[in-house]
Amino acid sequence: MTSSGADTNFSNEQMLGFYRDMLRIRRVEEQLGKDSLAGNLPGAVHLYIGQEAVGVGICSQLRDDDWIASNHRGHGHFLAKGGDTKLLVAEVYGRKTGICRGHGGSMHVADFSKGIIGANGIVGAGISITTGAAWAAQLDGNGAVGVAFFGDGAANQGVLCEALNVSTLWKLPVIFVCENNGFSEFSPYSTVTSGSIADRAKPYGAAHETIDGNDLIEVWQCAARAIRRARDGKGPTLIEARTYRHSGHVVGEHTFLSGTYRSEEEVEQKKAGDPIPAFAKRILEAGQASQADLDRIDAEITAEVAEAVAFAEESPYPDPADQGAGYMFA
Amino acid sequence: MAELTYREAVADAIAQEMERDDKVVFLGEDIAKAGGVFKTTVGLYDKFGPDRVRDTPISEQAILGAAMGAAMTGLRPIAEIMFSDFFAVCWDIVVNQIAKTRYMTGGQVTMPLVIRSANGGGVRFGAQHSQSIENWAMMIPGLKVIAPSTPADVKGLLAASIRDPDPVIFFEQKSLYGDKGEIPDGEHVDELGTAKVVRDGTDAVIYALAAMVPRSIKAAERLEADLGIRVSVVDVRSLVPLDTRTIFSEFRKSGRAFTVEENPRLCGWGAELSSLITEECFWDMDLPVTRITTPHIPLAAADNLEDRMIPSVDRIYETVRAGLD
Ligand SMILES: Cc1ncc(C[n+]2csc(CCOP(=O)(O)OP(=O)(O)O)c2C)c(N)n1
Ligand SMILES: [Mg+2]
Repeated sequence: MTSSGADTNFSNEQMLGFYRDMLRIRRVEEQLGKDSLAGNLPGAVHLYIGQEAVGVGICSQLRDDDWIASNHRGHGHFLAKGGDTKLLVAEVYGRKTGICRGHGGSMHVADFSKGIIGANGIVGAGISITTGAAWAAQLDGNGAVGVAFFGDGAANQGVLCEALNVSTLWKLPVIFVCENNGFSEFSPYSTVTSGSIADRAKPYGAAHETIDGNDLIEVWQCAARAIRRARDGKGPTLIEARTYRHSGHVVGEHTFLSGTYRSEEEVEQKKAGDPIPAFAKRILEAGQASQADLDRIDAEITAEVAEAVAFAEESPYPDPADQGAGYMFA
Repeated sequence: MAELTYREAVADAIAQEMERDDKVVFLGEDIAKAGGVFKTTVGLYDKFGPDRVRDTPISEQAILGAAMGAAMTGLRPIAEIMFSDFFAVCWDIVVNQIAKTRYMTGGQVTMPLVIRSANGGGVRFGAQHSQSIENWAMMIPGLKVIAPSTPADVKGLLAASIRDPDPVIFFEQKSLYGDKGEIPDGEHVDELGTAKVVRDGTDAVIYALAAMVPRSIKAAERLEADLGIRVSVVDVRSLVPLDTRTIFSEFRKSGRAFTVEENPRLCGWGAELSSLITEECFWDMDLPVTRITTPHIPLAAADNLEDRMIPSVDRIYETVRAGLD
């Protein structure tokens, strides 16, 4: 299905808001990529660079009481759903002031006050958990929806079939968003995945759409339809958003990979589809803002990121004495 | 006092809690209209309707994922995994998700959910429908683990599990489903983390769980009748939290302990008890702790083989007798 491309419906302010939200993710990820490479962060860091239009296009129209779950590449979803930059960065730095007190780390950022159930280290796990959040919302009748973000690799986990079946059967207000970035770690899509992912909704009778995940407006419009469907009690939608992962699977992968799994030319060619400059161009051409406006936003975001890093660096590490069972049991 | 079977006590507890709190919901395979394959949930669907008592597809990952998602967002789900062996199909959701999320989020979330499951052997179902897996659950940080031995404890401990703010794995021992027992009238809620001394004795103590409790009591009765040996029996009931106070104080009376467990020998809960007793009660020890277990082998279906594998009254009797000789 294609979108109408009717971006004129968005006010200048809204368009700049989308731009700001995408750019925030980009700048945070660039920073964390540098920090990770320099060895300043605990554990593995998976960057969302190149996929920002998906997270922002969807989360920008969710309420705080709508739920999202995501995957190991979850910083972008966290920020897009309104998670705080400082609390995210401090968490990835493994500090006590992080959103999860440093217990979670990069792969487990969560903020329940913002409806962020959490990133997840287990590929595919968020799919069934979101189904449960949507079930609770349905029984509650509060109109909330659940959105599960996962990758093309995760689509090969059997749990997707379980969740599509049960959520269609029960008409759950849930949206499954597969961000097809072309890779399952270092395996290109075609080597591990047969057919189209969106098509996997067909046998269950679930709604499904394949979209250009690099086009924020197209994502937004598709998500609007899926959210309407969910809130109207019409059940789930499987969205396959085609996008591309600009960075490696994990920061620093060149240090342990023996060969290359994608060519320089491919990466360069795909980077031309970068959602952020494309969106900037659209704003400028529509006369909805000036280059100076965009530059100002970039400067503000850059300052926000610097502030978050300073906050994290100044923050203490978690106190080993404060590791009571209270964090495990209520 | 009403007399109920172990299986009836399950539905009784769920009904008591669903009446009290409309956030309690129940899901699983064939639990609603069919009343459960072990007839443990008969009547709940008629009483509480399809929104709260829900049949699911055969999708264990979706069942537990849904229970978890719902628990974190306001409900108090009870999920059934039909046979505890099937936990292996959805163990990720239990171990990596349900057990860890509160800790990983820095305590942001509570996880009030119960997973009930039919555990253990004695019914000739063979190796994939007969395991006792309480030791799998016990070794995972973040789970509470309960296994009752009587109808009254089923009701009281299941009610307490449903009210508990943390995830509880609730093992119902298949071979006990037909057992009858008195249940206190009115609301009955017990306490997690409490063991019960179910028989007094000063010569030795047997620690047992679930189906091993009635067998241990029988063995103890025979030891007293035949030989005048007075053995106390502790129904451990709750592996996590573990009631070490009762366990140690009962041990100190004799300094001689036996554990009787249905789970396989390696890394069974008896090994943990033995280790704790050695660490905490070393100077009160008169004998090494002796473990009576199912051997480290998949359970057989044939009657004679299964009977040999799971600790029997005879084996408990003989092991204790020889140990005290
Ligand atoms: C159950 C499980 N299997 C394997 C892994 C290792 N792993 C981490 S990310 C990943 C690839 C995931 O690919 P995809 O779902 O497309 O997400 P992407 O990394 O492309 O965003 C794998 C195999 C894991 N974390 N969990
Ligand atoms: Mg991928």
